[in-house]
Amino acid sequence: MSAATLTPGTARPLPRRSFLRDTRIVLVRELQPVVRDPFSLVFGLVQPLVFLGLFGPLLAGSAGDALGGDVWLWFVPAVLAMTTLFGTSVTGSNLQLDLSSGVHERMLVTPLSRPAQLVGRALKEMVPIVVQSAIVVLVMLPFGLRPDPIGTVLTLLQLAVLGIGVGSLSYALALAVRKQEWMFWVVQQTFLFPVMMLSGMLLPLENGPAWMQAASSVNPLRYVVDSGRAAFAGDLLSSAVAWGWVAAVATAALGLVVGVRAMVRSAD
Amino acid sequence: MIRTRALTKDFVVSRTRTVHAVRGISLDVEPGELVAVLGPNGAGKTTTLRMLTTLIPPTSGTAEVAGYDVVTHPDRVRAAIGYVGQGGAGGASQLVRDELVTQGEIYGLDRRTARSRAAELIEALDLTEQADRKVESLSGGQKRRLDVAVGLVHEPSLLFLDEPSTGLDPHNRANLWEHILRMRTAAAEPMTIVLTTHYLDEADTFAERVIVVDHGQVIADDTADALKAELAGDLVTLRVAPEHAATLAGIAERASGTRSVHVLPGAGSAGAGSTDVGSAGGASTVEIRTADGPGATPGLLRAADDAGVAVSRVDVTRPTLDDVFLGLTGRSLRETAVVDATEGGSAKDSSAKDSSTHDSSITKEVLA
Repeated sequence: MSAATLTPGTARPLPRRSFLRDTRIVLVRELQPVVRDPFSLVFGLVQPLVFLGLFGPLLAGSAGDALGGDVWLWFVPAVLAMTTLFGTSVTGSNLQLDLSSGVHERMLVTPLSRPAQLVGRALKEMVPIVVQSAIVVLVMLPFGLRPDPIGTVLTLLQLAVLGIGVGSLSYALALAVRKQEWMFWVVQQTFLFPVMMLSGMLLPLENGPAWMQAASSVNPLRYVVDSGRAAFAGDLLSSAVAWGWVAAVATAALGLVVGVRAMVRSAD
Repeated sequence: MIRTRALTKDFVVSRTRTVHAVRGISLDVEPGELVAVLGPNGAGKTTTLRMLTTLIPPTSGTAEVAGYDVVTHPDRVRAAIGYVGQGGAGGASQLVRDELVTQGEIYGLDRRTARSRAAELIEALDLTEQADRKVESLSGGQKRRLDVAVGLVHEPSLLFLDEPSTGLDPHNRANLWEHILRMRTAAAEPMTIVLTTHYLDEADTFAERVIVVDHGQVIADDTADALKAELAGDLVTLRVAPEHAATLAGIAERASGTRSVHVLPGAGSAGAGSTDVGSAGGASTVEIRTADGPGATPGLLRAADDAGVAVSRVDVTRPTLDDVFLGLTGRSLRETAVVDATEGGSAKDSSAKDSSTHDSSITKEVLA
């Protein structure tokens, strides 16, 4: 088609696109339902509170001595990591809804940057994590939890970074299995429990066999859990906290790379 | 506005099977046209649309949309076009207004402009009451109007509609079309619209140009009237006494514009015990396909009178696009009414007649 046949509407210059602006648009759109209906975040709290209420006392009774000191300082950071893991690993199912309706397709036909469509969604994961974790910590204060305040804030931030990574991987999974939706839950469940067990969340790994300790050494969640425990105890400059940040940032980086690649290819 | 050359899409299903969804489509759509792409399910309509809207790259061939190549300048194409896909565009837990504002921001409007544009569209598409409700609470017709509104936020010069009214009842279909056509003419430059549909009456009533696609190829491309006149023609059905059927058929064959003549023996000639009721009892039927039924019928009747043939009943049926498709492919567009080619001409004709009656009743409902 020659330029002469262009209608005026199509000849105007493309508005300059900014990746940050696109990311913000996606992030705000994802957050709107959460902000309007904050109660939805409360559902995510049922599980951690069950673990704290029903598993915490058992832990204190059976392994309290082995943990050396305050069981809450050991267990609450683990429950926060668990909430992060469970909450963000299922987030791909939100994208599945958009894939099966026309929402995702609608976004792909707009000039919206495709990486931004993933990054915006992934960043949104930070909000429920921070809100839910803060509530869990507050709820546990009357029960004798006395965490280091700075350590707590840093742990929440670290979990938020980890959540970006796990959330991105969950989105990538939803995109990868979009032609067999049920596969999403098969893969998610297959990974979820080994990752949880091999993080030393529920029981100390130190008492496990050597192969479990070896397997846990490649599990980023283990480092984040250890970091949370050190930070809650006020050990802010320990190597555990440093390794926690390495693991969280590495998970986020890996998740974003995998997720963006899946998003860019998601129209085929 | 659209120019494709030998546009082709193959889907590799497995190592041994490749689906040739689109096989070399070459099309030109001028600015301002309203084009319907018509074809049975699996004909390649949606695949073609997905290539034109930059969702999937072509296997081979080229496509320019709004002046830009879909492969080398997808962002330019995306900025220029609006798209209403088969699925809903609104997120279930989002508010109607929020989705429209977001869409405006995506196309570069600042928040204030996006809000006022959203308000305009809410008004124009009759969504005022639903504006601050969640998308999941809308009815089918309301959702579809939202989808159209989302596609129109940035005032695209070219709008793609993929089966816009599938699943809507006749009232909602008519209502949706009323809105689409109004938005089209309200634009500063008449918007170009390309839609796919398998509703024949929709293509027939609203499109200025109909492109018939089958097995991934364009098999016809013209106005609905021209397609019908050229490829199907009107059907004139005359009833006469059996002994006059051959004479009448002869007259019809000599008449100008006649394409084909079929004689269907009446029940009376087939044997005793006719159950046919009314004045035409036992009569034969002569079916005449002709370019211009209403114009040819008076002449046919005069010629019949002159030959001493008394015609007892006359029926003139205008063809539908289904007759066009039937004429082109030997199959009906309605999946439920696929005509077995071995059944012969008479079976084909009667099934076409059935569908045409059906069709015109739908059209009436839609226009009501």
